[in-house]
This record gives sequence, structure tokens and C-alpha cells, in this order.
Amino acid sequence: MSEPRSPSDTPAPGPGPAAPDGPPPADSAALRQPASCTELFRVFNRLAMQGFGGVLPIAHRELVERERWLSPAQFVELLTVGQVLPGPNIINLSVIFGDRCFGWRGALAASAGLLALPMLIVLLLTSAYQQFADHPMVAGALRGMGAVAAGLVIATAVKLARTLKGNPLGLRWSALLVAATVLMVGGLRWPMVWVVLGLGAVGMAVAWRRLRGGQA
Amino acid sequence: MSPADLLGLHGLGWADLVQLWLHFSLLSLLAVGGAITTAPDMQRWLVGQQGWMTDAQFTTGVAIAQAAPGPNILFVAVMGWHVAGVAGVLAALVGIMGPSSLLAGAVGRYGRRNADALWLRAFTAGLTPLTLGLLLSTGWVLTAPTRHRWEALALVAATVVVSARSKLSPMWQIAAGAVVGALALA
Repeated sequence: MSEPRSPSDTPAPGPGPAAPDGPPPADSAALRQPASCTELFRVFNRLAMQGFGGVLPIAHRELVERERWLSPAQFVELLTVGQVLPGPNIINLSVIFGDRCFGWRGALAASAGLLALPMLIVLLLTSAYQQFADHPMVAGALRGMGAVAAGLVIATAVKLARTLKGNPLGLRWSALLVAATVLMVGGLRWPMVWVVLGLGAVGMAVAWRRLRGGQA
Repeated sequence: MSPADLLGLHGLGWADLVQLWLHFSLLSLLAVGGAITTAPDMQRWLVGQQGWMTDAQFTTGVAIAQAAPGPNILFVAVMGWHVAGVAGVLAALVGIMGPSSLLAGAVGRYGRRNADALWLRAFTAGLTPLTLGLLLSTGWVLTAPTRHRWEALALVAATVVVSARSKLSPMWQIAAGAVVGALALA
């Protein structure tokens, strides 16, 4: 079941970059590989435990900036696939990434890391919450956390916007599609399925034409 | 003690549990755009149709899962917990994540074998701007409860600037948000 991951099985200890086997792809200079399912579990657990109000901003920080397991372009690609497919985006991302590293065991390790400990905490908090729900400072704190969570998601989008430079769509089409998506989904609150099918078809058609033109 | 007691079924039978699992499995494949998009249907089914939990329990569950560490999908665990304890948590989580995870794994493998296929590259390139647009929209939607307060909007803006300019862990930013919120947004 499990697919071969790297030419070498040498574990990469510590935070330093692993010794590269052969020339790395241009996009992913100095990318590392998780050494084991245990490391996958540990890192995904670590990023889940920091993910208040959503894990996505932390996933970008941990997987791209800190561990260097993914380049920004690879991250946004994985996220795109995880978002287009049904189901929780971040779980889809962890399943695909874990499976890529260590087959189905990797997929289980990554998603279990994401879920196990936070689930216990959520259930404990549920039991405790009722007693403090009416306290105005608790309600205010929750509002403040929500506002920061919103800012974190926006900041992630801003950071990932740099990957649009390498996109075959070109900057003008990319910006147009970003703006149209924000307007239709965030502003007008249209059902996402139709927006994604409609704008997605436009984006894919333009990308297809440009990629084929580039090949000819 | 019977196995049902150990699992904390709250008086529900195995048939109910299977029903919970099946319903959430169906929602799993409909959850395009993230699991939170299925919340309206969960509420309709669990509160309205089955009467397994109250509206207040439902809303609190979503809020707590947002505030607690971990993926927001864990609000589904709270639903399962209210319905049938540990057994309910398992049925709900396996249901909501099982089918979609299997699909994601299969698509991921297919994508790796055919990474150079033109249509696959057109697919990811064409959809990347939508991903960014959806992220921005999510940020906007999350500000909905506090958007009318300038203190909250300032907090959002400050977070964007701090995240873009520094490597400060989001955990500390959230903690700072809790303090500011307790003082200014109470």
C-alpha cells in the first residue's frame, strides 16, 4: 500500500534541513521529509494544539515556514485540492500529505495527530462551559478570539497571494478571480457550490488555454 | 454493565447510532467547502427532526469548537457527545470524515501518478485564485458577530499586520485577542 517516499530512509533529526538526495526541484530548494509516522503525528498534533479558531493559518506556518515539508506553491495546491473535495479541508490536506509520505498509515497518523488531543479538550470544555457562559468577560474574550481568528485567516491568504506570481493564469486573471470569489461567497453569500463550479470553470479554461499555448 | 452502558448511549439503541453514522456519512460527501457548510443541515436533522439535542446545545457546540484548539470540524464531536456519549462521538466523527477522507486519499494518489497531465495542472492553477478568495471570504464571515464594533475591526487589522510582519505564534495572538476582548468587547 505505502508508496516509496524518498531515495533514502535516513531520518532527519532536529530542525536542520535534511541532506538533499540528488538535485532538489527548482521550486522546493531545501525541502525536508518527515522521518516517521511518529513525527507526522507529533507535528500535526502540535499544529492542531495551536489552532484556535481554525488550524489553517498554523498549518501554513508549521508545514511551510517551520518544518519546510512543503513549498508555498505545494501548500496552496494541496489546499486547493482539499478545498474542492468534500469534507473538512484540513483533514483532507492531512490525509493526502500523510498518504504521500507513508501510505495509509501516514494518513492515519497525520489526521489522528490533528484530532485526538483537541477532541478531548473540546469535550472537556463543553462540560465546563455552561457554568461560565453568562459571564460578560468570558463572552468578550470569546469575541476577541474570534476577531483574531478572522485576522489570521486573512493574513494566510495575503501570504499565499505571492504564489499567484507563478500561476499560468497571469496576475490579472488571478486577481479578477480572487475578487469575484470574495464578492460572491463573502459578500453576496451565494451557495459556494455554484460559485466554485462557475468561476472554477472559467479559471480552468483560461489556465488550460495558456498551458497548451505555452507547450505548442 | 452492558457494552451499551460503557459507551454511554444515553438510552439510544444501536439502530439510532447506525442512523447517525449514515446521515453524517452522507453529509461528508456533500460538505463541499468545508464541514461548517453542513451545519445548517445537521441542526435541521439533530434538533428539528430527531429531537436528540437542543438549539442551545448545538450553537454552543459550534462556538466552543471554534474557540478551542484543533480543527473546527470537532464541533461534530460535540454533537455526537450530546446525542450518545462516546459512542455518539465515534459514530459522528467516523461518519463526517470517513467517506471524504477515502475520496481525498484516492484523488491524492491519482494526482501524484499524473502530476504532469495538462488538465490536472489547469485544474489546480485555475482554482488557486478561488482558494485565496474563499480564505478571504472565511475571514470576512468570521468577523460577522463583531463587525459593528470598531475595537473588533482594529483587532482584525492588527492581527493581519502582526502575522505578515512577524513570526509570532498565532497562539499568542489568540491569547492577546482574548485579553483585549475581555477588556474591550465585554
